[in-house]
Amino acid sequence: MHQRRTMRAGDQPWVKWTLIGLALALTITMLVMPLVIIFTQAFSGGLQTYLGNLTDSYTLHAIGLTLFVAALTVPINLVFGVFLAWLVTRFEFPGRKALITLIDIPFAVSPVVAGLLYLLLYGSNGWLGSWLADRDVQLMFSWPGIVMVTVFVTCPFVARELIPLMQQQGREEEEAGVVLGATGWQLFRRVTLPNIQWALLYGVVLTNARAVGEFGAVSVVSGNIRGETNTLALHVELLYQDYNVVGAFASASLLAGIALITIVVKSFVEWRQARQRAPLDDQSDNR
Amino acid sequence: MSISIEGITKRFGSFQALDNISLEVPDGKLIGLLGPSGSGKTTLLRIIAGLETADSGRILFQGEDVTRLHVRERRVGFVFQHYALFRHMTVAQNVAFGLEVLPAKERPKAAEIRQRVDTLLEMVQLGHLANRYPAQLSGGQKQRIALARALSMKPQILLLDEPFGALDAKVRKDLRRWLRTLHDEFHFTSVFVTHDQEEALELSDQVAVMSAGKIEQVDSPQRLYAEPGSRFVFDFLGHVNVFDGRLEEQVVRQGEAWVRLGEPVTSKELQLYMRSHEVRLQSMSEAHAHLPLRIESVSLVGAEVRLELSPIGWESAEPWEVGITHAQFNNWQPKRGDQCYAVPRVAHVIEEGSGAPRTLRWQAGEMDDPAAMI
Repeated sequence: MHQRRTMRAGDQPWVKWTLIGLALALTITMLVMPLVIIFTQAFSGGLQTYLGNLTDSYTLHAIGLTLFVAALTVPINLVFGVFLAWLVTRFEFPGRKALITLIDIPFAVSPVVAGLLYLLLYGSNGWLGSWLADRDVQLMFSWPGIVMVTVFVTCPFVARELIPLMQQQGREEEEAGVVLGATGWQLFRRVTLPNIQWALLYGVVLTNARAVGEFGAVSVVSGNIRGETNTLALHVELLYQDYNVVGAFASASLLAGIALITIVVKSFVEWRQARQRAPLDDQSDNR
Repeated sequence: MSISIEGITKRFGSFQALDNISLEVPDGKLIGLLGPSGSGKTTLLRIIAGLETADSGRILFQGEDVTRLHVRERRVGFVFQHYALFRHMTVAQNVAFGLEVLPAKERPKAAEIRQRVDTLLEMVQLGHLANRYPAQLSGGQKQRIALARALSMKPQILLLDEPFGALDAKVRKDLRRWLRTLHDEFHFTSVFVTHDQEEALELSDQVAVMSAGKIEQVDSPQRLYAEPGSRFVFDFLGHVNVFDGRLEEQVVRQGEAWVRLGEPVTSKELQLYMRSHEVRLQSMSEAHAHLPLRIESVSLVGAEVRLELSPIGWESAEPWEVGITHAQFNNWQPKRGDQCYAVPRVAHVIEEGSGAPRTLRWQAGEMDDPAAMI
């Protein structure tokens, strides 16, 4: 018989090195260089100018508003995501599959379109907006509008993380808990939550990153009023249009910094999740 | 605490999982629900526990209606098929869970909980594993922890779903014996689900055989085996050799083979059922039976030697199996390809119109030619 070693695609050196080279080139030109440029530009006027740019009152307000929006969005979507994941993985009801598909809509729709939809619906000439305007409630072009669209854009993150995990873990542990007499809350706190905590944190980190950096949807509904409805991402653009390049990059460096922290936290959470799934071999003794 | 199941019916969509099931489990008894997968036995167990609600019918514990009672209030011990241990808790925390979630007024003090957990772990002989996590345990250990956890609330009813299904044969046997002892010691009422007939017959006081959402028969293991009430039960409990034929003047014929019946039978198309120990093998055919067979395989494992046989000059849907003693085996030395004759001592026949099989016997005088015996 004709004997030949089977070759996998990666066994050929030139394929391997071409792919590695390509990946490296892309990473450097598309990721590393822009990141380096952000920081070099931000610090191009020296540390004093950098700090001066950041402590500018409009910038400070933008930072505050951004944190405020994230501080509202994250808890809302945390609770919403957990409820949704619990609902679709623990109960059978008509339309369950459709609901799982619907969760992805904010990912599928362009954020700008999402912003426009909210403007049409809740703007002072919109269907609901005009009714609210009659009662002196203004949602668009103020912070509630920004929070609303940010919640919409980031709502799938937590649920998307939890659903596959909760499906895989099944409901047996919860059934065991309820047979042993646990109430719904005890069940959630003592059985469900410890099992999903790392996935939940992962979802929260992603939600937060997106909430802080969201531009498209927010720019439609905020109205870009300096010192009032300007978030950090919008502020970067405003400064840039004002030819304040160094200022724009100083603000951008904050966003980039948040992104870097997010990546570190995300890697840590991923590492914890992998550890949780693997059997705890290091702790077993040889009795 | 006795369990009464009254007219339980359950549908999943168009699938009839349980069809008007009634069953009495007397106080302190161990009952096995035996059936193939999809027969509804697990669903019934979950309805008793309250994990599933029946469409109609009632469940009573000691005469008290618990149909509307929440799982939490039923206070049964439940052992899940895949153990369902809390993966992020240690063994000790798992066993303590039921006590920890009690309302503050009823909850024992921390020291007392620890004491109870230690006692339970000693009872399942796993005290030294208290600080391990479930992922670090073997299947048999997990099963015993699951039992200890279920018993932590001192339930009067213990329900077990395929308790030994995922374990290997040796561990299974040990655990079975151990469960039986535990049951006799603590006097709870138990219901367990299994698809393994040997397990059901060995462990239970009573066995309920289920098929397609119905209970076929409830009896003690001995009676179930000796007097199966239907063809299904007969087929389900161990291997049966079948001889299919037409009845002509008291003789059932098929191809070259025939069996002469000693008593009248009304049906024309007959199936004779013979268990492996109800048939004897001989080197020559007998006055009342001519069933030539060829030896296909010889298996020496176990208390007897099992021969697998194929018919010569007639047909059978499945190969025949006959057990002979090791002494017989040593005298005879059967090999693959050898020919021999099966002689029924007892056969069971299911007549048209009646569900229960009838047992036919041949008198000793009609057989036993010592010269022909192997």
